[in-house]
Amino acid sequence: MSFTKEHIARYSRQLILPEIGLPGQQRLQEASVLLIGAGGLGCPAALYLAAAGVGRLGLVDADAVSLSNLHRQVLHATADIGRSKVESAREKLTALNPETEVVAYHARLDAATAKSFLPAYDVVLDGSDNLATRYLVNDACVLLGKPLIYGGAVQWRGQLMVIRPGQSACFRCVFPEPPQPGEIPDCQAAGILGATAGVIGTLMAQEALKLLLGTGQPLENQLLTYDALAGAFRRVPVRRDPDCAVCGVHPSIHALVSIDLMSCSHKEA
Amino acid sequence: MAITVRIPTPLQRLTNSQSEVPCEGKTVAELLGDLEKRYPGIKERICDADGKLRRFVNVFVNEEDIRFLQGDQTAVKDGDDVSIIPAIAGGA
Ligand SMILES: [Zn+2]
Repeated sequence: MSFTKEHIARYSRQLILPEIGLPGQQRLQEASVLLIGAGGLGCPAALYLAAAGVGRLGLVDADAVSLSNLHRQVLHATADIGRSKVESAREKLTALNPETEVVAYHARLDAATAKSFLPAYDVVLDGSDNLATRYLVNDACVLLGKPLIYGGAVQWRGQLMVIRPGQSACFRCVFPEPPQPGEIPDCQAAGILGATAGVIGTLMAQEALKLLLGTGQPLENQLLTYDALAGAFRRVPVRRDPDCAVCGVHPSIHALVSIDLMSCSHKEA
Repeated sequence: MAITVRIPTPLQRLTNSQSEVPCEGKTVAELLGDLEKRYPGIKERICDADGKLRRFVNVFVNEEDIRFLQGDQTAVKDGDDVSIIPAIAGGA
């Protein structure tokens, strides 16, 4: 594409970064990112990706905006209560940057929708709210070879990890299997501060931009943990597990299956 | 001197809100046993009924995942740093 004067002005402050420039901006314009969840992580992540000029964003979320979402899901406003989250998010993102195409999938991610949505995107951001979806997204990305940014946030803490299938540890390499129903001892809502989710969501966008630009060191083979109360980040090295069920030497998972962990109506965030 | 065990936030209500507690033992298994003695109820949040590490929890000794060392038989010594890190599901 050719850059108009408006493009140059809009992105001028990032165009002058040597890691971006016009070639980098063009890469972003041609890139696509699928965000699972338009909530506490997906909202800030999508904002920064759209603002930076990523060409196409897909948003997957089956929920409607509720009043209790607004303290952390910064794309939604009071007047959006009751609306589809992905529609509300699409409107705000388009207003921010009309150059970014936003595709709204008002759907729950399961094996079938994962198979249908993922192939059209370069990078996947997992900002979902339950472990069943986390394993499903991980397995889908490994099987389809899609880079994945995993982020989690609860209460005052968060986690982040970049997964490049075949190159770096996947979610299952680090956390081999989801808990069985009843294995999570308490199922009460744990609570979360909006800013905690904002930190992790923003870092997810940052890692996605690095991957799309091919610059810097991806946060892979390490798990970044954030403790907001202590004001501390830590990185613990993790590694690929040869026995990993999905990316190991002899994987036992060859196709996507939806895992039902919902018998415990546990939602951490 | 003892071994510092870092406790993840969800388990800190079992450790009187302490994020780091000193424990003793020669292996991770002994360490977790000592942790349970000091803070009853905490071990079942980390290990299943057979004493095996729960699958969505990781234990790191000096920043190395014990699954790639000798599991719960991994040796620990005074001054070591042990972290318990569960997966975080939340985000929406
Ligand atoms: Zn793996």
